[in-house]
Amino acid sequence: MGGFLLRRIGQGLLVVIGVTLIVFIATRMVGDPVKVMLPLSATDAQRAAFAQQIGLDRPIGAQFVDFVGDMARLDFGESLWQRRPALDVVLERLPNTLKLIGAGLGLAILLSLPLGAIAALRPGGWVDRTTVFVGLFGLSLPQFWFGLLMIVFFAVTLGWLPTSGMGGARYYILPAITLALPSLARLVMLVRSSMIDELNQQYVRTARAKGLHFRRVVMVHAMRNTLVPFVTLAGWELISALAGYTVVVETVFAWPGLGLTAMQAIQKSDLFLLQAIVFIVAVLIVIINVGLDVIYKLIDPRIRLA
Amino acid sequence: MNISAMSNNEPLLEIDRLKVEFDTRRGLVQGLRGVTLSIGRGETLGVVGESGSGKSVTAQAVMGLIDMPGRIASGDIRWKGRSLLGADGERYARDIRGKEVAMVFQDPMTSLNPVLRVGTQIGEVLERHLGMTRKQARTRSEELLAAVGISAPGRRLDQHPHEFSGGMRQRVMIAMAIACEPQLLIADEPTTALDVTIQAQILELLAELQQSLGLSIVLITHDLGVVAGLCHRVAVMYAGQIIETGQAEDVFERPAHPYTQGLLRSTPRLDEVSDRLISIDGTPPNLVTPPDGCSFQQRCPLSGEACKKAPQLAHIRPDAEAACWQPSTPAWATPLMTPSISH
Repeated sequence: MGGFLLRRIGQGLLVVIGVTLIVFIATRMVGDPVKVMLPLSATDAQRAAFAQQIGLDRPIGAQFVDFVGDMARLDFGESLWQRRPALDVVLERLPNTLKLIGAGLGLAILLSLPLGAIAALRPGGWVDRTTVFVGLFGLSLPQFWFGLLMIVFFAVTLGWLPTSGMGGARYYILPAITLALPSLARLVMLVRSSMIDELNQQYVRTARAKGLHFRRVVMVHAMRNTLVPFVTLAGWELISALAGYTVVVETVFAWPGLGLTAMQAIQKSDLFLLQAIVFIVAVLIVIINVGLDVIYKLIDPRIRLA
Repeated sequence: MNISAMSNNEPLLEIDRLKVEFDTRRGLVQGLRGVTLSIGRGETLGVVGESGSGKSVTAQAVMGLIDMPGRIASGDIRWKGRSLLGADGERYARDIRGKEVAMVFQDPMTSLNPVLRVGTQIGEVLERHLGMTRKQARTRSEELLAAVGISAPGRRLDQHPHEFSGGMRQRVMIAMAIACEPQLLIADEPTTALDVTIQAQILELLAELQQSLGLSIVLITHDLGVVAGLCHRVAVMYAGQIIETGQAEDVFERPAHPYTQGLLRSTPRLDEVSDRLISIDGTPPNLVTPPDGCSFQQRCPLSGEACKKAPQLAHIRPDAEAACWQPSTPAWATPLMTPSISH
């Protein structure tokens, strides 16, 4: 276990370095911060002075050496847009994103297990067919559009919920549902098909022949085996949410999280902020992956950690 | 008519004209076509027959494991005189299954839950039926593992099935089955998936347990040697029906039904040199549209006009029954348990 963790941390480090290298190059290709930050009327001298101030006048190789050195000290430079350390901005916004993901993905995970299991008990029955239909619906609906529909209906027309922003519990409802829907659909489909498989396994017959209560056969015997693929997909959903879905949902609902901040950083060509965001997200994803491996091992002892 | 007439005590399990059907895409498959069977206390019954003859379906019906698209079409299953079918029966059945009647399955590799500890899987039976606490169940599970010949039982309880060999897993299955000291154990080809040397050990274990616990055993197998070694009585199944039944030795020495004769003749023997294995010509009938009359008539060397009518199980000797219009003792018949004298 100790060796496994060390190995995975080493691998994770390589991943983070690789990702930041790509971001370093990509951010320098998407836009010129000098052009964006300074007014059109700025003189060439002013532009040169600004470029020198943020270090963009130097050769790209030298910039990269500095960048890696700073990164090792967790110094990501100053956000051009907010005029304060980029890492501070990231750490201030990150909890908001994690809260949104917690609410959205938590909802998807909590609902998908019972819904999928109930559908699997009678494949082809009305619960099953309804679940599959709603699932396909959730899969095919574009997330941003679903979010907008919800705003129009529940916030504008009915006036029940706030349209956007972050505040008390009421502010969470629409963005969390929007974030949850496609994940919920995928998870339900997985739980359903996996449970149908497991309920036909020989060990389920054994459990039934033992006279166990039906509830225990389904919820303990079959469900425990379903958890292995379930954790794989749930982990993937978590990573996808962190690395992408929240950008869409936070933009639609003006949620002051990391995704929205990433959008703004791109618009403002704030490459230092963008680098900090990508670095933190990459680190989180590496941590999540190691955590998932440990959870696998806890659920299914046959899995070897290597 | 009832086979249990032979045993002097009240039968534990009675299966009465049981019919099971499976609604498949190819049509309605008649898995069991009127099976009548009973088991007395301490008795060992061997059920033999080829694949698809209905041996396992019979066991599954008793354990309530007939699933969609299968269903029990008619007949009855009674435990100590009380039906296990219908709404009342099912409630009763849930309490006796795993407690008074238990089952050991064919493939110990897939019959245990791979992600649950062995101790959990044995303990849950005790918690369910005997109301034990987790701690009591653990102590008892340890004793059970020891009883089925697993060493270091305390440590083994915390292991998962993949840490056990095939034979050891089957021992775990048996420990689970005898946890509540059942009166009847149904073993559905318990040794088929195991190595030959392990097979003997498992059969020995079953025989020992029968002695020490006074168990009745239904042993489903297609290994006639196993039946000869272990069973008091034998029932031969063909195409969803019992076609011959009687004392094991008697059936082996003087099989009356042509199918039983063919089955015995096609068992390869170690004490004879032969170039090729003997088989019964033809294949079993399609159970979607079973033939009118005797189901064996197409393959039977003796079939005649009479066989167009379905034969019922009838006494051919005081303690032997066969479903055949022309029961016979074949010329080749020799006692299975003694060396062959002529050929």
